[in-house]
Amino acid sequence: MSRSPDKLLEVENLHVSFRAQGGEVHAVRGVAFDVAQGETLAIVGESGCGKSVTSLAVMGLIPRPHGKIVAGSIRFKGTELTALSAKKMRRIQGTDLSMIFQDPMTALNPTLTIGSQLTEGIVYQKKISRAAAYQRAIDMLEMVGLSNGAQRMKQYPHQFSGGMRQRIVIAMALICRPSLIIADEPTTALDVTIQAQILELFDQIQKETGVSMIMITHDLGVVAKTADRVAVMYAGKIVEMGSKRDIFYHASHPYTQALLNAIVRLDLPSDTLKPIEGAPPDLFAPPEGCSFCERCPFAMEVCRHVQPPATTVDGHHTAACWLLDKRADGIRQKVENY
Amino acid sequence: MLRFVLRRFLAMILTLWVIATLTFLLMHAIPGSPFNNLNGKVLSDAAVKNLESHYHIDQPLPIQYLIYLKSIATFTYGPSIKQPSQTVNDLLGRGFPVSFELGLWSLIVAVLSGIILGLFAALKHNGLIDYVAMTLAVFGISIPNFVLATLLIQEFAVNLHVLPAGTWQGVSYMIMPIIALATGPMAIIARLIRSSMLEVLTQDYIRTAQAKGLSPFIIVMKHALKNALLPVVTVLGTLAASILTGTFVIEKIFAIPGMGKYFVDSINSRDYPVIMGTTMFYSALLIFMLFLVDLAYGWLDPRIKLNKEGK
Repeated sequence: MSRSPDKLLEVENLHVSFRAQGGEVHAVRGVAFDVAQGETLAIVGESGCGKSVTSLAVMGLIPRPHGKIVAGSIRFKGTELTALSAKKMRRIQGTDLSMIFQDPMTALNPTLTIGSQLTEGIVYQKKISRAAAYQRAIDMLEMVGLSNGAQRMKQYPHQFSGGMRQRIVIAMALICRPSLIIADEPTTALDVTIQAQILELFDQIQKETGVSMIMITHDLGVVAKTADRVAVMYAGKIVEMGSKRDIFYHASHPYTQALLNAIVRLDLPSDTLKPIEGAPPDLFAPPEGCSFCERCPFAMEVCRHVQPPATTVDGHHTAACWLLDKRADGIRQKVENY
Repeated sequence: MLRFVLRRFLAMILTLWVIATLTFLLMHAIPGSPFNNLNGKVLSDAAVKNLESHYHIDQPLPIQYLIYLKSIATFTYGPSIKQPSQTVNDLLGRGFPVSFELGLWSLIVAVLSGIILGLFAALKHNGLIDYVAMTLAVFGISIPNFVLATLLIQEFAVNLHVLPAGTWQGVSYMIMPIIALATGPMAIIARLIRSSMLEVLTQDYIRTAQAKGLSPFIIVMKHALKNALLPVVTVLGTLAASILTGTFVIEKIFAIPGMGKYFVDSINSRDYPVIMGTTMFYSALLIFMLFLVDLAYGWLDPRIKLNKEGK
């Protein structure tokens, strides 16, 4: 899908911190990205890199009082979300901006019927009649591939399998016709075969409704299947961003490259995994320089002291790495032959 | 559902039989006879013999046991030994409505105030309301109801003259006994609601509800409270029992003409029919409460099936 100029969501310089025992965790440190109409942006990274926190910040669901958006701006359809009151934010949550959570086994309330959970949002937000909401919910269930909706509506979450529950969660997110859906690892808790079905469903929904998506994941397979553009996050920062093709074929940041190398290839004869040695930095005290330099095979002196700026690789493809600096041309040659 | 009720009903009858048997054994294990001292008069041996044969007490124990079971099964406990002009059913009919009124109101007050207190404590976690509510709860749990009752009488009846100190004649007479009885259970419920509410509020489905943009009020009342109530329902059976036994003491302190008085007096005076009647009545009541608790489970949490077939 091509990038259209009208930006649905623009995030700039987002900083999110959490108060915790022993200090403040800088979970997100200056993240910037945008999402255009009808586009899917994948945010990839390992556990704890801040991708989920980023999505919660956009949704206005950072748990208070421990968490806080310290700085930055989130503009959705031109409205600055960080400046909205909780009440005004609620008018956007679930209607124009909705979220699909990771674990469908816990995301649904076990004591309420599917029907009640599906319809409550639209009844509350759009003030439509229960009968109309009921009909709409059945249509949504149909859309996500659950037939026999009238009977499903009376059932409770425990009467469904994991894959079916995720379909229900998706139907719930879609019911108010949002323009942006944030899916936080929507397939992580599911079987591989069900994963493929759910990704298929996302594809179909996007074709039908033209909704934009942010796909939060640590699974590069999911990225390859769903994304138009990809943002790679590491230690609370976006280290590389570009089209799917840029990221998979022209990865420019050593972290992205290491991530791609770590994929288990079933088609190549290899009996060893290629992990990224070391562990991510402590976000209580983020490093002064590049956060990846401790694990980076190409780290230079400058990496330890100065944070690398986002450098354009070409077009919209950017990466935050000193190797891309003009002054590092000589070293880059060596790295490329490495 | 019907099968569940039937099964439970059979189990209830079995439980009652066990209680009846134990009561019978204990009753006859206590030394002494009802005629040792009948209303302050010492009776001649011949009179005692006559009376014993009238009440079948001269029969061997197994025969007495059978007579006893028969009277329980037919609800004919016969007249009291101490007050022969009244049957046990008369006593129950007179005392129970009063005890029931006191017990039920106490339970309602305890549950409602406990839920409200616990709810606010959880929502203002680590705030002033939380600390005040939990301090209150600790006091409520630590102070026995008879101590609270005497303190209340001292303050509101003796010092301030705003409430009557005893008997049972109207709303103002009910306030102090109900407070005395309800405070302990209220404190227990408040603490339970607080802790289960705090746990429920961190669940994923609460975040899902927030992501729908629902108001905090709807989220708490619809999504959180129902889940948080489950542990409360669990203790409700035991709390009902403690309120029930609490009524014995409280009725005595406030001179309330309820069933507790007959129950305690009957044991002291070996009034066998009254012991039998009141024990069976209280047991049946309690077992029935526990049955209601089980039904409430099924309503609160649909994952709990009341029988194998569902529905």
